[in-house]
Amino acid sequence: MNVRGELKKSFQISAWFMFLTFPILVIRVNTVENVIEWRWYNMAIVGVSTFLGSALWRYLLSVKEKSQRINAASPGNMTSFQKAFSDKRFFYPALFILIGFVISFPFLFSMYQANIMITALIYVMLGLGLNIVVGLAGLLDLGYVAFYAVGAYSYGLLNFHFGLGFWTTLPIAAILAALAGILLGYPVLRLRGDYLAIVTLGFGEIIRLVLENWGEFSHGPSGIANIPRPSLLGIDMTLTQNTIFTYFVMIGLVLFTIFVVNRLQNSRIGRAWIALREDEIACQAMGIDRTRTKLTAFALGATWAGMGGVVFAAKTTFINPASFTIWESVIILCIVVLGGMGSILGVISGALVLTLLPEYLRAFSEYRMLIFGIMLVSMMVFRPEGIIRNVRRTYTFSKE
Amino acid sequence: MLELKNVQTFYGNIQVLKDVNIDIREGEIITLIGANGAGKSTTLLSVSGIVPPRSGDIIFDGKSVTGKAPHDIVAMGISQVPEGRRIFPYLTVMENLDMGAFLRKDKRAVKKDMGHIFDLFPILAQRRHQAGGTLSGGEQQMLAISRALMARPRLLLLDEPSLGLAPIVTRRIFDIIKKVNLEDNTTIFLVEQNANFALKVAHRGYVMENGRIVLSDTGLNLLANENVKKAYLGG
Ligand SMILES: Nc1ncnc2c1ncn2[C@@H]1O[C@H](COP(=O)(O)OP(=O)(O)OP(=O)(O)O)[C@@H](O)[C@H]1O
Ligand SMILES: [Mg+2]
Repeated sequence: MNVRGELKKSFQISAWFMFLTFPILVIRVNTVENVIEWRWYNMAIVGVSTFLGSALWRYLLSVKEKSQRINAASPGNMTSFQKAFSDKRFFYPALFILIGFVISFPFLFSMYQANIMITALIYVMLGLGLNIVVGLAGLLDLGYVAFYAVGAYSYGLLNFHFGLGFWTTLPIAAILAALAGILLGYPVLRLRGDYLAIVTLGFGEIIRLVLENWGEFSHGPSGIANIPRPSLLGIDMTLTQNTIFTYFVMIGLVLFTIFVVNRLQNSRIGRAWIALREDEIACQAMGIDRTRTKLTAFALGATWAGMGGVVFAAKTTFINPASFTIWESVIILCIVVLGGMGSILGVISGALVLTLLPEYLRAFSEYRMLIFGIMLVSMMVFRPEGIIRNVRRTYTFSKE
Repeated sequence: MLELKNVQTFYGNIQVLKDVNIDIREGEIITLIGANGAGKSTTLLSVSGIVPPRSGDIIFDGKSVTGKAPHDIVAMGISQVPEGRRIFPYLTVMENLDMGAFLRKDKRAVKKDMGHIFDLFPILAQRRHQAGGTLSGGEQQMLAISRALMARPRLLLLDEPSLGLAPIVTRRIFDIIKKVNLEDNTTIFLVEQNANFALKVAHRGYVMENGRIVLSDTGLNLLANENVKKAYLGG
């Protein structure tokens, strides 16, 4: 289309950048010899790279606009990926390969990889849990990490004081986290959007600060050590065996999460969450109990964080408040938003991308955050609906 | 069946309803007419418990509903079609209808009622898998009424069902309202701007001015009343 106009704009941007960076990147005063060095090659680099970057950015934007226009014209809101996915010929072989890969993963790769994968799976679970609150019920919760902490500390403390094991604590922690969800959810029921975000953010920090400062209860910043790993019928396992076992425990938990979240999403309560997000007055007129529906969302969302926390504590065998900063909440929220709000498959891929990428980008550790940030920004610009858009299965009656 | 006794409702410090008394008997169609801002919608919201009255009493079937939560009031058999339709835009037509039956557990009967609705409004049957937000205004109004009917209410509160509809569609909606009233013996409390239509279908009517009931009579008498004619019937 208007290629010349676009190139001209890119040129202007690059000129502007060269001008802005001129004093710092080009001029250098050499204080030893008292001369000024002119580093013109830096200006050339800035100019060329911003010009190319800007041209690429503009090109991608125009491609996106074009494809949007085509999408709007043609009905059917599935992406090509989802179409391929719903094609049986493709779906079953893909599923088999996936299952084979998942099962053989810890045997094929090193323990280091298996550990990374366990972390990624924990984030899948956290993402799916937060997805209930943010993606379905539309409640922007920035303090989700609090429930993760509740789960981890439940295991740590119950084990420390009463010697309870992994499997006993798992359901207890889930219930405690759900209760915490209700407790924290209750005061913020009337809030929505940004107000809710700020208050939940505050709650998340409160929990962390309490854990940090209430030494007698939580052992303060030094945390709790020697938390046992997951056990299997009291069998003694080597570290490797235990990692593999933890991996499969996590796979099982993730499958369980997917099953439950999927059921929830396609149930009346799931639709009530969506309805409540859209119109509270209409919901009241339908007889939907606002308080209860919202609290269920908070509680059910927190449950998964609680269980994730237990696995986290068992995997690292050591917890302290530093693991539960606001940064964790932000990452989990990014997983949900980036993956695709409300979409289970999207959240899973979001979790895998956001946890695995930083690990494998360790080689460029200095630029890790930069790459991460660029990725987030470009995702939101080019694919605001997330990696995999939510195509909700809608409610139908079977034909009689 | 429904009785409002000296109901006073406020938004913050602003009093909107002033000593409202309304009496509705089982099986009636009652209409409430009045100018913009008179407090008609507020009356319905007070009955539903969405904007609870500050004083006075609302009695349904001999039981007081004042101070009850909206979902308890729906469970007692009062359903409201709120002003401006308020369809859930991202839920499909069927899902919207199912939300109307939120408090009902009898899946089979819900299914049957949905079939009944689709007979009543064939257009909704055609659009059953379409998102509510993509329906036309008239279709949305039909959906809003149907959604409220899915709760199987004994008292149906309708807030301006003819808002923004073509005369033909309005007539059709009013026919359905009459039909629901006759066949299902649903009592209907209708708020309308379109006083002409409303007074014709209603057994009795109330006229509201600035939050007070100033007149009440049978529909036909109100139609003939000079003051009503001047103020609400454009003549
Ligand atoms: N949420 C609210 N907060 C404050 N004031 C309100 C609110 N809703 C309504 N009001 C005021 O209450 C008065 C009555 O409003 P209401 O909606 O009951 O009028 P109405 O008779 O339904 O009018 P219309 O025919 O235009 O729908 C109006 O003066 C309005 O400004
Ligand atoms: Mg009104």
